[in-house]
Amino acid sequence: MTGSAAKDRILADIRSALHDVPRAERAEDVAVTRDYLDSHATGDVVGLFVERVRDYRATVTRVPEAEVPAEIARILAERGVRNLVVPPGFPREWLTAYDGSRLTDDPPLTAAELDASDGVVTLAARGVALTGTIVLDAGPGQGRRALSLVPDLHLCVVRTSQVLPDVPAAVRALVPDRPTTFISGPSATSDIELDRVEGVHGPRTLDVLLVVDS
Amino acid sequence: MSDEKVNVVWLGSPTFPNAAHDALRDGQLRRNLKHATTTIRDKRLRAVAELDDWETLRLAGSQIKDRVMRHLDEYLLRLEASVTAAGGVVHWAEDADAANRIVIELVRAKGADEVVKIKSMATQEIGLNEALAADGVTATETDLAELIVQLAGDRPSHILVPAIHRNRTEIRDIFRREMGKYGVAAPDDLTDEPRVLAEAARLHLREKFLRAKVAVSGANFACADTGTVAVVESEGNGRMCLTLPETLITVMGIEKVLPAFADLEVFLQLLPRSSTAERMNPYTSLWTGVTPGDGPQEFHLILLDNGRSATLADRQGRSALHCIRCSACLNVCPVYERTGGRSYGSVYPGPIGAVLTPQLVGVGTSKHADSLPFASTLCGACYDACPVRIDIPEMLVHLRAKVVDAHRGEKLPAPEALAMKAARVVFGSPRRLAVAERLGALGGRIAGIRGGRWLPGPAKKWTAARDVPVPPRESFRTWWRKAGRR
Repeated sequence: MTGSAAKDRILADIRSALHDVPRAERAEDVAVTRDYLDSHATGDVVGLFVERVRDYRATVTRVPEAEVPAEIARILAERGVRNLVVPPGFPREWLTAYDGSRLTDDPPLTAAELDASDGVVTLAARGVALTGTIVLDAGPGQGRRALSLVPDLHLCVVRTSQVLPDVPAAVRALVPDRPTTFISGPSATSDIELDRVEGVHGPRTLDVLLVVDS
Repeated sequence: MSDEKVNVVWLGSPTFPNAAHDALRDGQLRRNLKHATTTIRDKRLRAVAELDDWETLRLAGSQIKDRVMRHLDEYLLRLEASVTAAGGVVHWAEDADAANRIVIELVRAKGADEVVKIKSMATQEIGLNEALAADGVTATETDLAELIVQLAGDRPSHILVPAIHRNRTEIRDIFRREMGKYGVAAPDDLTDEPRVLAEAARLHLREKFLRAKVAVSGANFACADTGTVAVVESEGNGRMCLTLPETLITVMGIEKVLPAFADLEVFLQLLPRSSTAERMNPYTSLWTGVTPGDGPQEFHLILLDNGRSATLADRQGRSALHCIRCSACLNVCPVYERTGGRSYGSVYPGPIGAVLTPQLVGVGTSKHADSLPFASTLCGACYDACPVRIDIPEMLVHLRAKVVDAHRGEKLPAPEALAMKAARVVFGSPRRLAVAERLGALGGRIAGIRGGRWLPGPAKKWTAARDVPVPPRESFRTWWRKAGRR
């Protein structure tokens, strides 16, 4: 196979280019000073999360767990969602007040079906306060990546106990082999005169429902 | 210049000074650039100032990259093993031709005649779109700015925002004129409101996303220990490409590998604040090989050399490979702000392009690339802005010396080489210096009479933009002799 010949040549070129690196040097011998801060967040981490998510022009509503079903129904009604994508594992009891139709992903919905829906509701894996980020890792109630991407509205339910202070904590909490998406606000572009515009290909509306854990 | 490297520099590009002349005459371009770079510069300063430990993060970023470069062979092998174990297929490509051939074969094997693309410097560098077109495959750029550039038949002028040289009205005109030729046309009532233009792009591209079988992407990072690949983006076009098609082909420069997944904690702080000047970009996707039932079920990772191992060989130039393509150096560069990206005639413009481009193509092989290390005032703003502390000014000086060395012994010596030779003759003997000084004083008197501040001959260019100090009427030696007599 030509590929393996190319591999050998590239590796040989790299090794000869690195002639100045002592043979005995191990990668770990090259110092990396990790005395950067673990977190830049101070004080009320959940409050910071709310503020930072809102900075991206996403909405955040804080509710106690008992009010989640009514709040989901209210948001979906206000947004005019009648045709909702519901990923496997999303708590059924939270959709009891929603009276529109549901699209379940079993069998898997086609891209066109997702495109024809009004929105999607998901859980999240983590929140990151400092950057106002929501992390999805395709775990229960989150669905495969396409579900939270193609519909034009994403209603994401995050628990306050899931909110981490900053990026390092989030990276350390991730499971690398899961398909993971960091979501910071609705999709946006700055490509025209570096002017930020929300809403290009991903969901143009991001609503976050923050469930206050006792 | 060898054929396989034609796309790092654009074929037939004039040298930087010539290209810059044309760019500087374009008032619209200069207004667009000034507006855009000023906006992003101020925003970046605010985003960076929010982190007290920014310098510590920069240092860690630079050290991690240093570790990667010094042990690149090991990390690539580790990455290959991790990606393979996770269900991906790794390919190795020595140059642009090899990489393009691999992509074309993979696309053909899927029976596809179109691919959707995520903005990627590596695929621009290898001229993938042109290679696919030559083979009857249509590649659609899905990043808004890349789409603007592609529809206009234009060339990108910035790493992050390739259509920075276009204002909203120009973009509206391009969309009106071109979109219908390639798919869903722009609506008749299209205005130049950025929101409306983004909406037109959404509609134009959506049908392409929904039917695409194959996507091609670049990579921002790839973690050797886990095989996880990262793409950082804003619009969601990246997620579309990484999620909907059956097959994903990622073309990645070999220098993009990181030792460990944990290192993302540094780079996911450095990159967004340096590039779009946000706390975090809207979307970052991380995937590891193939996940059954989620996203593409076939994943190919092409590891691209294309001049990188040769760049690695220069100890003083090596760290150009640390670049994470944030484009902060472009936005702070006084030369870039005035000439724009296309004057650099390379997919890598600005200060980083001035050090990366000549090294990737090889110093002394392209007159055009050799002109780039001189496209700088050495003001140092790029070094201060670089999130991985690449000392671009020092590298520019190093590369200038290399360029001069590479052209030594050419039949027609460069003017500065002649001038230096002449200087050696004059300074070599006190008598010759005395004669030269008398001549200089005479020249000064003549110049004084004529009121001129220019030099004749080849030096005219230099004085076109500068005043020559009028030489004193007498030299130090003459004065000393007279003073001694008193």
